[in-house]
Amino acid sequence: MAENPSTVNSILRLEHITKIFPGVKALDDVSFDLRPGEIHALMGENGAGKSTFIKVITGVHKPEGGKMFLYDEEVHFDSTRDSQQAGIACIYQHSTAYPDLTIAENIFLGHEIFDGPLKKLNWRSMHARAKELLDSLGSELDTKTTMGELSVAQQQIVEIAKALSTDAKIIIMDEPTAALTKQESEDLYRYTRRLQASGVSIIFISHRFEDMYELGDRVTVLRDAQYIGTWDVDKITNQEMILAMVGREITNLFPKREVAIGDIVLEVKNLKKTGLFRDISFHVRKGEIVSLTGLIGAGRSEVAEAIFGIAPADSGEILIDGAAVKIQNPTDAGATGIGLLPEDRQRQALILDWEISKNIGLGNLAKFKRKFFYNVSHEEEEAQTLAEKLAIKASTIFDKISSLSGGNQQKVVIAKILTTDLKLIILDEPTKGVDVGAKAAIYEIMGELSEQGYGILLISSEMPEVLGMSDRILVMKSGRVTAEFTKENATQEAILAAAILNTEIAS
Amino acid sequence: MANMQRTNVELDRLALQHSFDAKKFFIRWESLLVVILIGILVLNVVVSNGNFLGSQFFSAANGFMDKSFIVLSMAFVLITGEIDISVGSTVALSAVLMAISYNAGLPMALAIALCILVGAGCGAINGLIFVKFRELPTMIITLATMIIYRGVATIILEDRASGGFPDWFAEISWGSLGPVPYSVIVFALLATLFAVVLHKTAFGRELFAIGNNKLAAQFSRIKVNRDLFVAFLLNGLMAGVCALFLTSRMTSTRPNIADGYELEAIAIVVLAGIPTTGGKGNMTGVILAVFIIGFLRNGLGMFNVTSPVMSVIIGLLLIGTVLISNFFINKEKKL
Repeated sequence: MAENPSTVNSILRLEHITKIFPGVKALDDVSFDLRPGEIHALMGENGAGKSTFIKVITGVHKPEGGKMFLYDEEVHFDSTRDSQQAGIACIYQHSTAYPDLTIAENIFLGHEIFDGPLKKLNWRSMHARAKELLDSLGSELDTKTTMGELSVAQQQIVEIAKALSTDAKIIIMDEPTAALTKQESEDLYRYTRRLQASGVSIIFISHRFEDMYELGDRVTVLRDAQYIGTWDVDKITNQEMILAMVGREITNLFPKREVAIGDIVLEVKNLKKTGLFRDISFHVRKGEIVSLTGLIGAGRSEVAEAIFGIAPADSGEILIDGAAVKIQNPTDAGATGIGLLPEDRQRQALILDWEISKNIGLGNLAKFKRKFFYNVSHEEEEAQTLAEKLAIKASTIFDKISSLSGGNQQKVVIAKILTTDLKLIILDEPTKGVDVGAKAAIYEIMGELSEQGYGILLISSEMPEVLGMSDRILVMKSGRVTAEFTKENATQEAILAAAILNTEIAS
Repeated sequence: MANMQRTNVELDRLALQHSFDAKKFFIRWESLLVVILIGILVLNVVVSNGNFLGSQFFSAANGFMDKSFIVLSMAFVLITGEIDISVGSTVALSAVLMAISYNAGLPMALAIALCILVGAGCGAINGLIFVKFRELPTMIITLATMIIYRGVATIILEDRASGGFPDWFAEISWGSLGPVPYSVIVFALLATLFAVVLHKTAFGRELFAIGNNKLAAQFSRIKVNRDLFVAFLLNGLMAGVCALFLTSRMTSTRPNIADGYELEAIAIVVLAGIPTTGGKGNMTGVILAVFIIGFLRNGLGMFNVTSPVMSVIIGLLLIGTVLISNFFINKEKKL
């Protein structure tokens, strides 16, 4: 529109969008514009309104107020079908693909290529076209591979190809790097840039600052359902960004405390499980935070699950307070004082349909048993105490887990673990998928726990977290510990080298 | 029942947001069941010209009590998200072995003990196979044992009836305390016991946790295998109890008895509000559903409705109830 020259450059523009759910304003006067060929990062804490905003763009939700323009023409989407036809595609964090179908079948699901009057499926053209699309992204995947055989990262490439197959001009990527390793993320950056080069405009949602710096041209921040601002990525600092997202300054994201480190609480010697890990020996002292880092698939979680008795090791020794213990199952682990915060809180730790208090009680059912009966009021008291101590944000302890944000869900898992008297706590990716505010809170809790004398084994892929919180750092690569650092001599480069390079140089 | 109250509190909270009371009422599954039960009781009273209020009530109840024992334990199995379709065959095998061993000279008291033990044994075998081979779905395991148990019963007895039990044996199912048949008393005791275990003990909480999220239950240090084994064992045990009362009521047994009991038990449990995916439900619903199906059959019987027609009606009732409830629950969810 000529009369408004400032907006001529936008391919998609939303003005003053308001979305109201019963009792909550999910979006409050949010404006946004996407320029042709740009990568626009959309950032904000969990619950800031990013998902709702995306759903307004794709037509899942109808906004109560505001306008949306596509190529400067006002549009109304009543369903995702409308938005797809208009050339908008969305790639979700969790792949929506069918694992038993091939790559080509997944790409053309719903818009297959047909032949002749009988509408015979033309697989030859579909495979050829799928290959073209993957080639254009620089991927060499075989279109006949089934989706289930692919890694999360590879599945995302297929999802991108699928979006391209529908001739999408705007692609929305919803936290695509959340489940990826550093290396995989970098591959994804490459594909995304290729996508950009081919003229597609991209909205990129993420928690990670690296993603924004690496990819974004501009960034828009939402907080508490409100539009905070839009910046050129190269003109905003880390601190400004945190301030925009959290609304307060986090001066020290890693409140590592100076703690008196005591005796060895956990020691493992020559732990081995065929095909997963071997020669694993290390120890954790009272009050000490030891990180176990490395790439996803290096065997870190497997070591944790062996120590916790989910899948015990084939051989090797586990010692608690210097005495050898036999851990065949999680019950044994609990009895010896080992607790585990699993990697996937929704799948492995929580019952989403249950209230906070019942989930916390699940951490130690035996404790709340009085003779034959289960003592619900005892459970609720304990849940209340822990919820206050960990500052779980909810109206009461009877709120359902599914209504909580990722960070608060994680705090419930921590509360659950703390119902048991423990000596050693294993935290497997404790800040995965939580926003920066909740991260700071979880680090704070870790600091407190170490002060109280717990030994902590931290499994993490996030370099800043590993460097910021650990007393010692162990690096795993292909099932073995390849390096150990103290907090004084650890650097990001050295850790990365140990995680990636070692054997590649050797072989 | 803490668990139940809590669910109701939740529903109250949901319902508070809306002014239309019918919603509040119907989204409580048990309310719906109570309405249906009252309707069916009225039907029985009308059809029997009022006789139902007298002696008929208990004699009718006595007629369906035996299979109701299985419903209690089947509720446990379904709450864990598993299924057991072998119980009908377990009833047959237990009854046949009791009859055979008595006729071979075993004292009746021991034959009864054997009946219960065989039931428990069959359940234990199901549980053991499941725990040892977790990759096999329980539908397949119990389909196999359903065929095997029934097959063994038929091999032992062939197509004959076996009976000739002492007179006092019939008393187990035909005797009563005042107007109340022993079977109803035993059911009341067992139903209370199952309800207390499910809603008041850590074990009950564990069953719900397993049904909701097996992996999270395991990470929460719940002995998932042990609990599932116990659920299957109990189901077999209750099938043994069923065999005892059924044989006593029939005075003799054949290898083809209790055919289809497993499906009826599962249907009653689902009607009670326990989804086959597990994790939800309560014993109040189960007990209501037992009487709904039992008295519905009785009332229809008085109309001379044939058995196949009865099955169709029960099927329709099952679908109808689930749909009505889903309708109101989905309406809630959309808002």
